[in-house]
Amino acid sequence: MIAGIDIGSRSAEIVLLEKQKIVHQDRLPTTFEPLSQVRRLLGNVQPLKIVGTGYGRNLLTEADIAFPVETITEIKAYAIGAAFVYPRACTVLDIGGQDTKAIALMPGGKVAKFEMNDRCAAGTGKFLEHLAAVFQIPVPEFGSYALEGDRELSINSMCTVFAETEAVSLMAGGQNPRNIALGLHASVVKRTVNMLRRVGLKFPLVFAGGVARNPCIIHLLEKALGAPLLIPEEPDMLGALGAASFGESSAAERDK
Amino acid sequence: MSESYREMWEKLNLDLKAHDGLLEVLGKFYGDIYMSQQGRLQGMEYLDFVLSEVHGLRIQELQQAKASGKKIVGTFCVFVPEELTLAADAVQVGLCAGAEAGMEEAEKIVPRNTCALIKSFIGFKLARLCPFTESCDMVVGETTCDGKKKAYESFADYVPMYVMEVPQRKNDRDRELWKAEVLRYKEELEKRTGNTITAEKLKNAIGICNDRRRALQRLNRLRAAFPVPISGRDVLLINQISFYDDPVRFTGSISTLCDQLEERIKKKEGIVPENTPRFMLSGCPMAVPNWKLPYIIESAGAVVVGEESCIGTRNTRDLVDESPETLEGMIDAVCERYMKIDCACFTPNKERLDNITEMAKELKADGVIHYALMFCQPYGHEVFKVEKALKAEGIPMLSLETDYSMEDMEQLKTRVEAFREMTG
Ligand code: SF4
Ligand code: SF4
Repeated sequence: MIAGIDIGSRSAEIVLLEKQKIVHQDRLPTTFEPLSQVRRLLGNVQPLKIVGTGYGRNLLTEADIAFPVETITEIKAYAIGAAFVYPRACTVLDIGGQDTKAIALMPGGKVAKFEMNDRCAAGTGKFLEHLAAVFQIPVPEFGSYALEGDRELSINSMCTVFAETEAVSLMAGGQNPRNIALGLHASVVKRTVNMLRRVGLKFPLVFAGGVARNPCIIHLLEKALGAPLLIPEEPDMLGALGAASFGESSAAERDK
Repeated sequence: MSESYREMWEKLNLDLKAHDGLLEVLGKFYGDIYMSQQGRLQGMEYLDFVLSEVHGLRIQELQQAKASGKKIVGTFCVFVPEELTLAADAVQVGLCAGAEAGMEEAEKIVPRNTCALIKSFIGFKLARLCPFTESCDMVVGETTCDGKKKAYESFADYVPMYVMEVPQRKNDRDRELWKAEVLRYKEELEKRTGNTITAEKLKNAIGICNDRRRALQRLNRLRAAFPVPISGRDVLLINQISFYDDPVRFTGSISTLCDQLEERIKKKEGIVPENTPRFMLSGCPMAVPNWKLPYIIESAGAVVVGEESCIGTRNTRDLVDESPETLEGMIDAVCERYMKIDCACFTPNKERLDNITEMAKELKADGVIHYALMFCQPYGHEVFKVEKALKAEGIPMLSLETDYSMEDMEQLKTRVEAFREMTG
């Protein structure tokens, strides 16, 4: 059994894989003590090996964990994870808590090209989270709230702080807050579409990461791209799944 | 020792406290990035020494040169013909800076969205941190990118500025303009130094500069062996130091280092295992102490095998023809050599694309990492063309845009590692 662990900025996930079958998966917030969260995720399982990925992957190699640890980047992990669930996938979009990545795949889940957002949080889960707080709407409901809007108000700034200022002044101007929220979602989508184009978007496109649970983003993305998206049942597990799958195949290679 | 340096720095009007802080940070940074490497060549000790004395002994030498009547010329671009500077018995030093210092000061006289390289040399001056700038009798700028061109106008309030006009194209008219500018520079040097540039002196200077280029060319050939015998960051450091050190002494030390490299190659000894992915860097120059990206790359389990930049092959690839015997003939040869520089400030600039693809193939690079400083228009634009040219040759490229701050280390690491995974 191989454990894939994805330590992201917001949450940490584990997937246990046995002969290419998912036997267990779980998720916890990362908190300020990611390693104790990892121990909690592992519980009593005894994997042959752990493959770490995500922003905090190097914590795993530094910590004294009783199992052999390998790491791969989240780019590679998402690529493998997407190909695991959708073998014919050509492009992966992952919008996570802190970054957005667009990955073009070769057959078999190898990375052909990738793009990531730069150092600021514009267009990521964090952006939506911050603005949901401004609207005083719980994050999981922000998407459906925005979908109730009937007119997309344009938000010009991609910077989280300036976008907030724009949203607040639109509110002060008496605009329907749902339309403002719709506009904010649209600005994320616009930026994302540009990123997808830069890697040379081809369908089928897999949409993963926490933001793939947001119905408004899904709706606007499908509208902008003119094609349906493939969204895994557990969109935030794809990184951990990819890491575990990588671990299985690299172990298999060694046994050959 | 350091007491006499302090006196010297005080005379140069440095901000001693801030300068102490800078040296401390620099020393630590150097320790982490350089001294922690295993299996370095003995010849690198010379470079460690030069770097540790970069604000000490080297400045003392410049002060001694000044006392003996020599002039010090500071530059920011490889377009300033060092042959003429040396032929006028002056000393030339590079003033480009690669550290985040005095940025706030700099933003008082240049816009915030100016590249880090420009902000840094201005910041170093305004925060009184750079003994090189303070030692200069003449600072030579050039009309390359808009950022520098306009920054020099403001910088002229603080240093004895002189600006050369570099053309933007390479037609006959442009070559004429360039020659006129080289002659104007020659006159200016003669006026400021009181020395006449003779055929004999120029010939000698051409020899000195070519010898240094030849030594660096040799280093660049040797470093690309299988397995790679020297780390990329060490070679970058050598290139960086070539802008500060006495050219003849530098050439001698690099030749010794190259002899050691040859022995290592014969024994098939590598600084990294033979199958380590080989990346070539391309783009904006990396001035001392900008070691951020090579360090990230080499910590990610890859090795840098070439730098296509002005602190790299763009500065060493072409030699000045040594056959002319007359002063006029030599000046023409100098002009011609400098017009081969494939800086992104030129339009069109097809040579650069050809040079990059050729170099990547020659080095047997597994990929190219294009490095553009944030807000650098010329190199930022060329990224698209470079990627296309490399793609046509089947060579993968990763485009990175960054500056001197350490904020984006983690993101850069992830990208570089993903690129390594992708090319591996
Ligand atoms: S990149 Fe261009 S402007 Fe900068 S040093 Fe090189 S030649 Fe000069
Ligand atoms: S890095 Fe770019 S913007 Fe900065 S000085 Fe060089 S050419 Fe100009």
